[in-house]
Order: sequence, then structure tokens, then C-alpha cells
Amino acid sequence: MKRSRITECNDWFLERFPLTKLWNEHMTHYYAPKNFNFWYFFGSLALLVLVNQILTGIFLTMNYKPDAKLAFDSVEYIMRDVNWGWLIRYMHSTGSSAFFIVVYLHMFRGLLYGSFKHPRELVWIFGMLLFVALMAEAFMGYLLPWGQMSYWGAQVIISLFSAIPVIGDDLSLWLRGDYVVSDATLNRFFAFHVIAVPLALVMLVFLHIVALHEVGSNNPDGIEIKESKDPWGHPVDGIPFHPYYTVKDLVGVGVFLLFFATIIFYMPEMGGYFLEHANFIPADPMKTPEHIAPVWYFTPFYAILRAIPDKFAGVIGMGGAIVVLFLLPWLDRSPVKSIRYRGGIYKKALFLFVISFLALGYLGTQPATPTATIVARFFTAIYFGFFLLMPLYTRWEKTKPVPKRLTSVHSIEEQLPALIEEITHLKQGSTEIGHHAFKSAFFTRTPNPTGIKNVISRLAKNAKGSLD
Amino acid sequence: MKNLTALLLLLALSFGAFASEGIELQKANIDLSNSASLQRGAKNFVTYCLGCHSIKHIRYLRIALDIDVDPKKVLQDIAPEGANIYDQLHSAMNAHDAEKWFGTQPPDLSLIARSRGADWLNSYLKSYYIDPKSPRGVNNLIFEDTAMPNPLWQLQGEQHAEHKKNIWGDEDTTLVIKEPGTLSEGEFDIFINDLVNFLVYVGEPVQLERQRIGKYVIFFILMFIVLAYLLKKEYWKNIH
Repeated sequence: MKRSRITECNDWFLERFPLTKLWNEHMTHYYAPKNFNFWYFFGSLALLVLVNQILTGIFLTMNYKPDAKLAFDSVEYIMRDVNWGWLIRYMHSTGSSAFFIVVYLHMFRGLLYGSFKHPRELVWIFGMLLFVALMAEAFMGYLLPWGQMSYWGAQVIISLFSAIPVIGDDLSLWLRGDYVVSDATLNRFFAFHVIAVPLALVMLVFLHIVALHEVGSNNPDGIEIKESKDPWGHPVDGIPFHPYYTVKDLVGVGVFLLFFATIIFYMPEMGGYFLEHANFIPADPMKTPEHIAPVWYFTPFYAILRAIPDKFAGVIGMGGAIVVLFLLPWLDRSPVKSIRYRGGIYKKALFLFVISFLALGYLGTQPATPTATIVARFFTAIYFGFFLLMPLYTRWEKTKPVPKRLTSVHSIEEQLPALIEEITHLKQGSTEIGHHAFKSAFFTRTPNPTGIKNVISRLAKNAKGSLD
Repeated sequence: MKNLTALLLLLALSFGAFASEGIELQKANIDLSNSASLQRGAKNFVTYCLGCHSIKHIRYLRIALDIDVDPKKVLQDIAPEGANIYDQLHSAMNAHDAEKWFGTQPPDLSLIARSRGADWLNSYLKSYYIDPKSPRGVNNLIFEDTAMPNPLWQLQGEQHAEHKKNIWGDEDTTLVIKEPGTLSEGEFDIFINDLVNFLVYVGEPVQLERQRIGKYVIFFILMFIVLAYLLKKEYWKNIH
């Protein structure tokens, strides 16, 4: 039989490149636990947003001018005169906020199910490096539109380095390339934003995934699926990543895009949180805005900075808030990974941590009144308490026995029919309209008050019980 | 646990108390599909604002296309004499002179509606009052000691500020028109609303288009979700 040209080309390529091996290793023969839940969508979504940022970023660079005199106007040029420029720009600006939402939820998943614990410490470290690189990328990118908030935000953050004793002033001068934020700063931030940091991000994503695939994914039960294998050596509770999780993540991508598109097309400013109002005024080095607030995703750390009275101590505090996350695998002494089998103290501690993170995020957007500062101090203490007291409370608390195999939890779609059954009455009715021959019995569902009450009280009991 | 909830609730309430300060703004009625209002707003802008303020990020042609008016009509009715349809809306005032006269250069207003908001503009333009202590003889309730004189005083008339103590002992300021202008109060409200409507349009000319396209995009994504979900269900039916 004559082989076609295409098959020959294929073979030529595959004899020289291990594409099949790579594909198998990381997709079709990569076994992932079969019980991934809602929280496991955000890893692949982060990758999607990264691709979105890179692609839209490339197109933005084609018309953006990294020059203090032209930058602001070139962004407006993109918004008005470049075909579809507004869409590309909104995809990029909304994408940056979406990136942080997705990454924060991805990190929270780690806290819920102990994904940072042995043997995944290195996965967590690479992830944290990614987070730091992402913050650098976002910070430098925010200067580029050269609006008032771009300018003064950068001014405030760079001046923080001058709080460092001895080398501080020289260091901040070296970072800015000038005595104030200026054209020199804009140019170097542009260079870092479009090439240096994205390269680092892509490399780190590669390392993050390679390290993950070496040890295997964690799961909501926090047990190692590799410990129970079938005779062929596949984990009994594992399923090939492709096609099972590729098709599942496709649904996640769809739902994410629904939110993403709604924001892009109907609320691109997101009430001044994604695009700050003051950033529609061109940067003016002579006019300091009354109220300088960073974009929402930096505000928890900014609130910690302001909560600490001494400037240098504040900088240490803000840096410490991130450094402490790196140490998480060694701070947590609990013998179990998942929150499902931890004791009540960790659950309450995590709950308080989430509250304090959100509260600090809110306080960071508000002016620092004396009351707000005291409240911010209170939440800063909780933030650090969660991490620094962790070696104690995770060792003390009594954990629950961990099963050998994955437990099955019914998904919402499976529970729905029974739930509808419970909260409604089945009622027989009959139509009165028309001829007698057509008069037929039919059933309608009416709400059942006692059923609804039972469901709500059960939900409340479960919610309370889940904290113990 | 209970104490903590109570504390959080207390904190939330105490923030709420801070939020209610500041002067209440008058809501602007923004309708970018109202071509007649946008045309009047454009005309108002060119007549009363363009003398000092540019809106350099838009051209007459773009206005004509977006608000669905013949370009010739825009040149005839809206643009100043001698303007070209491809021109951006630049003020003729010299920046150096402006700085000398007003102490500051009048800002470009292309994005003013996005930085200040429609309601703020609507309230600001109506809140001038006679203030003999101020260098320009007028002051503004919304933006105190503004460098901008009131270019619309002939239309609105002379407004005076009246201070009254309210029941909480704070001072309330109301503005009262003492000498009527060429427009009645209702006509002036419409005049300002048209102008603000136009500035909101200029702030982001693509607004109506993106809202129109958005419907199709979201419909497409919903279809995609349904298909993706069915595909997932089919693949996963044997996984328990």
C-alpha cells in the first residue's frame, strides 16, 4: 500500500521529536484524581488568562507608544481609532483583574485542601514565584497608560524602597532612573512589562506544571491516589487528564468567558475597580491626587503597609505578608492535608483569614482615617496570626481519620431532583377550559413551606457543623 | 464565634456611617441613543465650551457617523465656521495665555465624563453662585474655588447661596436664582443634560456598539456552555 505524503511527513517529524511521548506523559497518561470539584477549575483558567494577556498585549504594543508625551494619547488612540482596539484593550485591562481573581481562588484552593504540603512543596514555591512575578507584571503594566493613578501609584510604591536604611535612596533612584517617575521610568517599565517579566512568567508556568506532574495532583480528600493502583499500574481513583479534564475544563472556560465577556461589554470599568476613574486624567507630576489607591488586587497588601506606623516597618510588613506565604509548607504541621479531615481550629482560622484578607482589601481602597487604621491593624494581626500561629494550632488540633480511597460526594446536578421533590408539593389539578372530552387531569408543583424550612435549617446546620 | 460576628457587624455599621458625607449629586439622564439630545449637546459644547476646552480625541466626522447625522449638517449646524470634517475639536485658545488668565490651563474634556462621572458634571455646571470674595466673582458648591468662571450665567441667571441651619445643627446650603437668565429652569436643565450626554458619548464613543455586540457574544458563549456541558456529560457517564 502506498503511504500518503502526509503520513510520511508525520513519521519524519515523529522520528525526530518526542511529541507522542510528551502528549502521553502530560495529557492522556497523566492520571488525575477523579473527584476534582469547583475549586479545581482555576489552574487551567489562569493559563487561559495568561494566553489572553499575551495575545492582546502583542496587539496593544503595535499601537502603544512608551513615551511620557505620547503614552496617554496613544491609549486613547487605541480606544477610538484603531479597529477593534477598544475590545483588545478592554480584554487586556479586564484580563489583568481576572488574572488576580483566578489566581487568588487558585491559591485559596491550596489552603483548603493542603495542596502545598508534602510532596508538593516545590509546586507551591514555583506557584508563589509566579504570584510575585504576576504582581511585578501588573504593577509595571499599570504605569503604561500614564494616567494620574498610574503615575502616583508608581511614585508611592517606588518611594517605599527609599525607606530601606543606608541604600534606600540610591536604590529607588536606580529603579526609577530619575529623581521622580518620568519618561525613563516609563521606558524601563515597558521593557519589563512586555518582555522580561512575561518570559519569567512563561518559564515559571512550565516549571510549575512539570513539578506538579512529577508528584501528581492533590484532590479534595488530600490523599495520594498513587497509593492504590490497579494491576496495570494506574491509580484506581485516577482518570486520564485528557479527555476527562480537558472536556470538563471546557465547561469551566465557558462559564468564565460568560463573566469575562459581560464585564468587557457591559461594565469595563467595573465601578472604578478595574479601571480607576482618576486614571482617565493624564499623569501630572505637579498635581498629587487627594486619594491615591492602588488597583484592587494590591489593596490587601497596601492596607497592611499603611496599618504599620513606621514606614520601614510597614515595608517589612508588606513584604512579610508575601514571604510568609512561601513558608506555608513548613508552617503547617498537621498530619492531614484536606480541610475535610482537619480539626475545627484550622477551619475557623482559615475563615478568619479570608475575612481579614477581604477586609484589608476593602480598607486599602479607602482613605486612611484613624478608625480605619485601627481596624486595619486588627485585621493585619489576624492575617499574620493565621500563618505564624499555624505551627501551634495545626499540631494541637485533633484531626479526623483519613480514608484510604477517595470519597464520593454527590454533585449539585445529582442532588437537584431530590431537592425539588422536597421543597414542592405535587398537586393534582384539572382544566376547566374547553370541551369535556379534553378535560384531563394534570399535576402541578407548588412550593412546600415545611420542606423549604427543613432544607434551610439543614443547610444552616451543615454550615455550622462544617466549622467544627 | 458569636462575639466575633457581633464585632464584625459593628465594624460594618461604623463604616456605613462614614459613607454618607458629601453633597448629594443631581442625577443626569444619560441616553446615548437619543441623537437629537447628542446633537444639541454637541452644539452647546461648541458654542459655550470649545472656546477654552478642547476635546482632541474626537473628530467631527466620527460624531456625524456615531450620532447618525449627515456630515454636511454637522459642519453647518455644529462645527465653527471654517472647520474641516476631519478636524479634531481643538480649542483656539493659546495655552500660554490661558495659564496667565486662569492660573491653569483648561483641561481637555475628552475623558472628563469618565474621570468625574455624568452626575458630577451635571451638578457642577448647575452649582455656580455669586461670591464677591472669589477673584472671578463666582464660586461653585460642588468644586470649591474652581478656576473656571461660569460661562453659562446668562442662560441660567444669577444664583445666590443661602445658608440655613438644619435640625441636626449643621449648615445646609441651597442655591436660589435671584435674577432669571434667558432660559427657564426646566430649559436650562435640559441644556445641561444634553451637554453632559454629549460628554459621556465623547468619553467613550464606542459604548453603544459594544453593548450591541455584547449580546451576540454572550449568546454565543451560552450556546458554547451548553455544548461543552453535554460533551462533558457524555465523556463522564462511566466515571463514578
